[in-house]
Amino acid sequence: MATTLKINGNQHQVDLPDDVPLLWVLRDEVGLTGTKFGCGVAACGACTVHIDGEAVRSCQVSLSDVWGDVITIEGIGTPDTMATIQQAWVDHQVAQCGYCQSGQIMQAAALLAENPAPSDADIDEAMQGNLCRCGTYPRIRAAIHDAAGKLKEA
Amino acid sequence: MASVGKILRRTFLIGSAAIVGGVAFGAYYVSRPAANPLKPGEGQAALNPFVLIDQNGVTLFAPRAEMGQGVKTTWAALIAEELDVGLDQITVLHGPAAAAYYNSAMLGEGLPNKGYDISDFQHNLGEALGVLGKALHLQVTGGSTSMKDGFERMRQAGASARETLKRAAALRLGVEPSELGTASGHVIAPNGDKFAYSDLAVDAAGLEPVEVPLRDPSKWRYLGQTQPRLDMVEKVTGTAEFGVDVRLPGMKFAAVRMNPKLGGAMHGYDDSTAQSMPGVEKIVDLGTGVAVIANNTWLANQAVEAIDVDWGDAPYPPETDGIFAKIAEAFDDSANSTMRDVGDVSVTPDGATEITAEYQVPYLAHATMEPMNATALYTGDALELWCGNQAPTLIRFRAANTANLDTEAVQIHTTYLGGGFGRRGELDFSEIATKVAMAMPGTPVQTTWSREEDMRHDYYRPGAIARMRGAVQDGKAVLVDGKVAAQSCTQQAVTRYTGMPGAGPDKVLVEGFFNQPYAVPNYRMSGHIAKLDVPVGFWRSVGNSHNGFFHETFMDEMAHAAGHDPLEFRLELMKSEHAPSAGCLEAVREMSGWTGQTPDGFGRGVAFTYSFGTPVAQVIEVVDEGGTIRINKAWIACDMGLALDPENVKAQMFGGMMYGLSAACYGEITFAEGEVEQYNFPDYDAIRMHSAPQVEVRVLETNRHMGGAGEPGTPPSMPALGNALFDLTGERARKLPLNQQFDLLI
Repeated sequence: MATTLKINGNQHQVDLPDDVPLLWVLRDEVGLTGTKFGCGVAACGACTVHIDGEAVRSCQVSLSDVWGDVITIEGIGTPDTMATIQQAWVDHQVAQCGYCQSGQIMQAAALLAENPAPSDADIDEAMQGNLCRCGTYPRIRAAIHDAAGKLKEA
Repeated sequence: MASVGKILRRTFLIGSAAIVGGVAFGAYYVSRPAANPLKPGEGQAALNPFVLIDQNGVTLFAPRAEMGQGVKTTWAALIAEELDVGLDQITVLHGPAAAAYYNSAMLGEGLPNKGYDISDFQHNLGEALGVLGKALHLQVTGGSTSMKDGFERMRQAGASARETLKRAAALRLGVEPSELGTASGHVIAPNGDKFAYSDLAVDAAGLEPVEVPLRDPSKWRYLGQTQPRLDMVEKVTGTAEFGVDVRLPGMKFAAVRMNPKLGGAMHGYDDSTAQSMPGVEKIVDLGTGVAVIANNTWLANQAVEAIDVDWGDAPYPPETDGIFAKIAEAFDDSANSTMRDVGDVSVTPDGATEITAEYQVPYLAHATMEPMNATALYTGDALELWCGNQAPTLIRFRAANTANLDTEAVQIHTTYLGGGFGRRGELDFSEIATKVAMAMPGTPVQTTWSREEDMRHDYYRPGAIARMRGAVQDGKAVLVDGKVAAQSCTQQAVTRYTGMPGAGPDKVLVEGFFNQPYAVPNYRMSGHIAKLDVPVGFWRSVGNSHNGFFHETFMDEMAHAAGHDPLEFRLELMKSEHAPSAGCLEAVREMSGWTGQTPDGFGRGVAFTYSFGTPVAQVIEVVDEGGTIRINKAWIACDMGLALDPENVKAQMFGGMMYGLSAACYGEITFAEGEVEQYNFPDYDAIRMHSAPQVEVRVLETNRHMGGAGEPGTPPSMPALGNALFDLTGERARKLPLNQQFDLLI
């Protein structure tokens, strides 16, 4: 039986078993590959998306359990119309290999939505589930502070 | 070339086996250019293998893969500097697998010098050796060589293209090329008329390429300046295509399980449950493993996990202790190499204080964020392969063999790499994906490893043991006698890549051990090769990754035995030996405000490693927070000789340090019943946002030769942390990972 999902504002009919994780629905069925597979056990954060605004690990949410509207990295901005937080990532030249950055940005975007002026301790708390093997953490931190400042001005 | 051949046979690096009987052939080969791999279509002119100019503008075929090190941007800057185009006017693609993209810098690293003491003669010899890379078809991204390799060749490509386009315009206008100028992708006529390069491309194609001298660095507009990375916008919008993101019409998804007893046989399997699981289309017998092709990666993985397989045993001792006992046995055999042997280490000088120490470090996984994967389309008479990789020519050769095709029938598409660190120079993921796709001809199949499969089927950084003996007198080191024992990843890789046994002295095993710039009068450093069949490979900074820890922990122990400040102790031994290295230590002393004293609850450690042509010093500060130790701050100074993109060098330096700190704190691969015991990140954690130090990097440019950037930040991080923990707790860290000895923040 097909399941209906709303992803980045569009309706999608998905014909896959109920227990397939949202991550693999997005990547292999819907074709939204910006959300990455890193571990499959909620230990790296590469697959982070928003469901009704909450940052979740899409590898842990079964298709039948998706409880609201899904937003992925493709849904918050595009190369021509980047979100403020994506622009901050560019300004601080954060990415190296770049594989984890979709998840980092989605996690950080949820943090800023909840806490417009996060302290370093708030950033530590919110971001520690997101692994980066290139070690870009200092620039991620700087980009979050910068985005917070820009969002406040806006 | 005879002397070069002699040196290669004697010293050996990658490919010495492939070189046997091949030096004269290589000399013949290198005397003519490799075939141009870019076959220009109608209206295109391929001026050389790196630049293609057509109606769409200028395309750079970067022969090195972008794995996070920023190579795409800096290689574009090298071209742009001579070609007179804006960086934003260049499209950068990864070149096809081809011999014209040989890595000239990697073989130069094989010379029998310490690196920092390189003379101009040896430097030239290194460049001459580089041409042998062409004969070996060594298109490899690794060894921190990308900039060293590209520095001359890319600028030459840009300059040659510029002058050839000018000649084309000169012929059209009936003027001398010297009357013409170039700017922003145009040739400028004496009267100010502009001719776009794209309009001159076809004319230029009919001309012999012009060779011209390179511009003086004082004229540079891009190089030496920080450039915005060309891959950044894609990587923050989810639009960068990694290997795992390749999507083709009608594509299927596969999961794989290979024998977890690494190198063991597969006796048989029962796939009756898997056959009827949702989404499953085909089960593939890979000989030493099984794969499931399905309509979804997760469904494929569920099914492959449901196959009951009878695995054969691994060809190495089944438990970690047995493996390390074999490594220790290597000390009983004669040394494979003694690349530093000065003075006399057989007697301890009168009145000197002797100290000894034994160190041990574990096997390590690469753990790239993007698990191993490749996508293949096999049609019976051709194969196309898409993957992030560090060695497309080797992969092409292996995939062709696997599919029983000519190499010309195999096309490699190199995507972005979701981390490389040495892992994606291996051929296994491509070979497996090829075999899987061969089971479904005409259908593209993407084979993705689970994290568990990736963690448990790596070519690991070898576990290693060092036995150190030293002596201090009057506050100085007067003797160092070190032995390191480990598997040789070089010899194993030569066998793996070429099918021929690797042999000879292995410089990689002792890099970071024998070649450190300390003027110690009695100094001998030897390497012993452990005979073991655990799969091992090149892990960011390779031999330096264990030897940096061994050498620099021992320097710290000697400094304390000598009653001297560990930074000053090093500096005094270094000043006369290599000024740029001493300059790095002086820089971190100033940056960190090093006094040799730390308040209660704080500890600081210093370490230094010269690797890949770049000296790097680091000071790390730890803090005790209610019994839990956190890495608080880090200061890094490196001397690049020439930093083509300073901010990118900084990113590589602190990134390399974080990679080393992750290993130092938590990284360990262990074995039980022949299988790796770590499955996923919870068993093999890394530095995260809350456990990463604040970091400050200084980039110096006094060294005489350009050094590498991607790896030299890694080796000194581990001893600097261990030495800081000693300063904090009084306990010496002689074994990694450190979380087994100290209560580190996780």
